[in-house]
Order: sequence, then structure tokens, then C-alpha cells
Amino acid sequence: MIRDITIGQYYRADSVIHRLDPRVKIVGTLLYIISLFAFRGFAGYAAAVVFFGVIVFLSKVPLSYILRGLKPVFFVLIFTSVLNLFWTPGESFFTWGVIDLTWEGLYKTIFIALRLIFLVLGSSLMTFTTTPNQLTDALEKLLGPLRHLRVPVHELSMMMSIALRFIPILVDETDKIMKAQAARGADFESGSIMQRLKSMVPILIPLFVSAVRRADDLALAMDARCYHGGAGRTKMHPLRYRGQDFVAYIVCICYSLLIFVV
Amino acid sequence: MSIVLKNVSYTYGKSGSDCGQALKDISLEIHKGEFLAIVGHTGSGKSTLIQLFNGLERATQGEVYFQGENIYSKGFSMKRLRSKVGLVFQYPEHQLFEATVIKDVEFGPRNMGQEPLQVELNSFQALKDVGISEELLDVSVLALSGGQKRRVAIAGVLAMQPEFLVLDEPMAGLDPAGRREIFSLLKKLHEERGITIVFVSHSMEDVAEYADRVVVMNQGQIVLDGKPRRIFHYEKELQQIGLGVPQAAQLVHRLAERGAGIEQDCLTADESAAAILRWLEK
Ligand SMILES: Nc1ncnc2c1ncn2[C@@H]1O[C@H](COP(=O)(O)OP(=O)(O)OP(=O)(O)O)[C@@H](O)[C@H]1O
Ligand SMILES: [Mg+2]
Repeated sequence: MIRDITIGQYYRADSVIHRLDPRVKIVGTLLYIISLFAFRGFAGYAAAVVFFGVIVFLSKVPLSYILRGLKPVFFVLIFTSVLNLFWTPGESFFTWGVIDLTWEGLYKTIFIALRLIFLVLGSSLMTFTTTPNQLTDALEKLLGPLRHLRVPVHELSMMMSIALRFIPILVDETDKIMKAQAARGADFESGSIMQRLKSMVPILIPLFVSAVRRADDLALAMDARCYHGGAGRTKMHPLRYRGQDFVAYIVCICYSLLIFVV
Repeated sequence: MSIVLKNVSYTYGKSGSDCGQALKDISLEIHKGEFLAIVGHTGSGKSTLIQLFNGLERATQGEVYFQGENIYSKGFSMKRLRSKVGLVFQYPEHQLFEATVIKDVEFGPRNMGQEPLQVELNSFQALKDVGISEELLDVSVLALSGGQKRRVAIAGVLAMQPEFLVLDEPMAGLDPAGRREIFSLLKKLHEERGITIVFVSHSMEDVAEYADRVVVMNQGQIVLDGKPRRIFHYEKELQQIGLGVPQAAQLVHRLAERGAGIEQDCLTADESAAAILRWLEK
């Protein structure tokens, strides 16, 4: 039942983009998002679309798969578009009763929609091509300098990777508990909203208990292996830049320079 | 009065793809009054199979009949099926959630729509059956020991008054004393209440000791089905699929292989000892 949920959706494939250093992908995605907000006019957005298209092609992730990521923001998209379209003052080109459409409104609608769409698509492409563990590794590395400001970078990234690792386990556990309670006649699908909320109690309580138990076990296991925080810790697969990563950085920087051109 | 599976297949995830096929063309009849053991290597599909018995999982192909009625037909009450076929999952103590022991046991019968008085009576009786003493009724479930929790969880299913009790590895993670307790409980329910018992197990000793019928699974299929005594003749075949025979039977088989004229029809340690004595006296 609950198994349909996919989180941190990594799409396994063997492509240049998948093989890039995760730091490049994070920095590239950030630059891409900045560019989306910096571009003024159609030429810029055309560049953003082309750039995205090339990356998608290189990544070997099916386009339909990526477009699915838009589903959750669909309503936000419609909502902002309607607001912008009808309530932007300016030079009107169509009036009918209370409806008053303006050129400014139309442009704004298109640009904001494009920004939102490519913001979502760009960042989901990053998660499709990078495993959650690579992402946390890269974040730890990129944010490393903040250590000097006493930000617990290592601890934060460790928490993040543990949380990510536990998602599939907890999904599994939820499935099991739901089945066990269904075997005792629990009904999660019918009844009023209140009844349905109440029917969640027999799932949530065992789930919390098991999460705490697992956390406890994990803490003990980490202790037993002498985990004592980040100081002096080395990695099994340290992140190392290779030729292709520098090429990718250069491409990203060239792309960002377009901001000043168009 | 039985559960019948007819040419049942089950596939996890996308149907059609061959990779997630957990059960392949299984036909099986469970008669009322049996004490049935399901054995098989890890991943052979035991847990998947027993979830078909009470309709928790729906077979991708094939039909399941309960007392002659197709459980997938329209208008069939799954709720009634689940009260008649009680399913106890592996580590059932992890699913306890109420504040007190008695409240947790009452969850099942209340869902089944029993009268409040009946709910209380059945729950009380179930707890008595599994040997939880009265002082523990209002104690928090978290304050119980592992073995006690497991018995409370079994009581939670028993309180629905099932005719079939299906248990997935009911002894997993218990010490020998705990295992014996659970088994004598199952035996008592079988003999005194006439409840049909189906249990999944990895221990051939337990199977030899308690079951009167064994179903052996391998890679989603039933490969052997019959009385333990007969099943354990197939020692080679069982070893090939990662299983074995009880150690006591193994000893007798080894002796026979070395040319001892010994009866090989032994299941338990006592039977083997007697057979060896008879052979030595000859
Ligand atoms: N929720 C699931 N999603 C996908 N595949 C699954 C799922 N549960 C089980 N499987 C697969 O189905 C097959 C049968 O699994 P099942 O749990 O029924 O085996 P089992 O005989 O109970 O094993 P064990 O002795 O380890 O409990 C296995 O190959 C397993 O990988
Ligand atoms: Mg199992």
C-alpha cells in the first residue's frame, strides 16, 4: 500500500552526468537556479531550456520520468499563473467584463511559470543522477569551511545520511505494521476523517517505538565501532576531482556568464 | 471446512515482470484440524504464502477458497475471513500499541464488531489461554518481557476466535524455554480448542516434534508435502534446497549408510535412541 512512495528518487543509469563529482552537480544546480532568476527576456530562458535539454540527454534519464517531478507543484503553478495573469496592472490587450489582461501580466506569468518549472526540474535532475549518500558527502565537503565558524558540519551531514538511510526501512516497517493491524480487522480506508485519523494510531505508535528502538541500536553499534564525531575520520571513497569535473565546471561558468550577456 | 489455494501465483511490484515472482503456481489445501508446518529456505516465499490465506495480499493469478467460497468474489467479507483465519506475523510483539495489555488484546475483537461484553470475555479468555496472569492485564505492554509480549500478541489474534491460526516463525528470537512455552500453547489450542494451526519454521526439530503435516517450499513452489516421517526420507533433496532433517534422524540415516541394519523411520531423539538400542541388541 505505502510502497508506492519513492523518496530521494535516484535513477540508476550509467552516464557522464551520473559519474560527475557530486560537488560539481550541486554547484551547477545552484548556478542554474540563480541564472533562472537573473535572466530577463526570452533569449535567457531559451538558453536555460537548451542547457537543461542537453543535460537531460547526457544523463540518459527518460524525460517522462523527469516531468513526473512536476506533479506536486502543479497546483502552485496554476495558482500563481492565475494570480499573475489577472492581477498585474499595465497596458491591457483584452478586456471583457471584470477580466482585464495586460501584456505585463502575460509576460510575468510566462516567466514565473518557466522559473518554477525549471527550478523543480533542475533540482530533481540532480537527485535523479546523484545518490543521497553522494549528496551528503558533497555537502559536507562544500560546507566544510563553515567548521571554523563552529557550525557542526560533519554532525549535520551524518544526521542527514542516517535519516535518508532510514526512510526505506521505515517505509518497510510501516507496511508490515499496517498489514499486521489489518489482520486484526483494522480498517484504514473507510469512515469519516476523524475515524481515519484515529485508525492511524495503531500504526504510528508501533512505528515510533520501533524507530526509537532502531535509533538506540544504531547508536550502540556506532559506539561499539568507536565513532566519536568527525575529527580525524577518513572516507572509504574520498571525493576527488577528475578531468571531466573541471570541464563541467568550465561549462557551468560559461553558462552563468550568459546572465551578463542576455 | 478448509482453505484451498488453486494455481496461485504472486508477484511483487509490477505484475508481468518475472523478477519479483515470489509464488509460482501453488495449489494447496489446508484441512480443518491439521497441525501444519511450512518450511523453506530464506526467500522461498513462506511469508508471502501465508498472507494469501486471509486475503492480506491478493494473488496475481489463481483463486483462494475459504470454506468453498471464492474470497475474491464480490460481496465476500474480508473482515469475517480475517477473524476466522487469524494471522500472527513474525515478531508480533512489535505491533502492540495500546496502553495496557487487555486493551491491546481487545483491539481485534472490537474491530470485528463483537458486543462489548463479548469483547471483554473473549480477550480475558485469550489471555488466560496464553498463560498471562491476571495481575498483568492492566500493565503497560512495554513493561513485559519478550516472551510475554509475544504471548500477548498471540492473544490479540486469538481473541477474535479464529478457526485457523497461522503463525510466521512464532519462535524466532526466543530462548529454548520460550520456544517450548509457545509450542505447548499451540498444542493446547490445537487439542482443546480444535483450532487448526499453521506455522512457518526454520527448525526441523520443531517440525518433527509437533507438526502432523509438512509443506516444503523452494523458490516460490511447493516441492514436498506430506507427513514429517515421509518428508524426512528425502534427506538429499532437502539438503539441496538448503534444508536438513532433524539431527536425531540424521544420525540414524548415517548409521544406515555405514551398513547398520537399523530402522530409519525416526523423527525425534527418543525414537532414534530406541531404534539404536534395538539395533545394538540384535
Ligand atoms: N515487499 C516486498 N517487495 C518485493 N519483494 C518482496 C517483498 N517481500 C518479499 N519479497 C521477495 O519475495 C520473495 C519471497 O519472500 P518471503 O518473505 O515470502 O520469503 P520467506 O520464505 O518468508 O523468507 P524468510 O525465511 O527469510 O522469512 C523473496 O525473494 C523476497 O525478496
Ligand atoms: Mg518470512
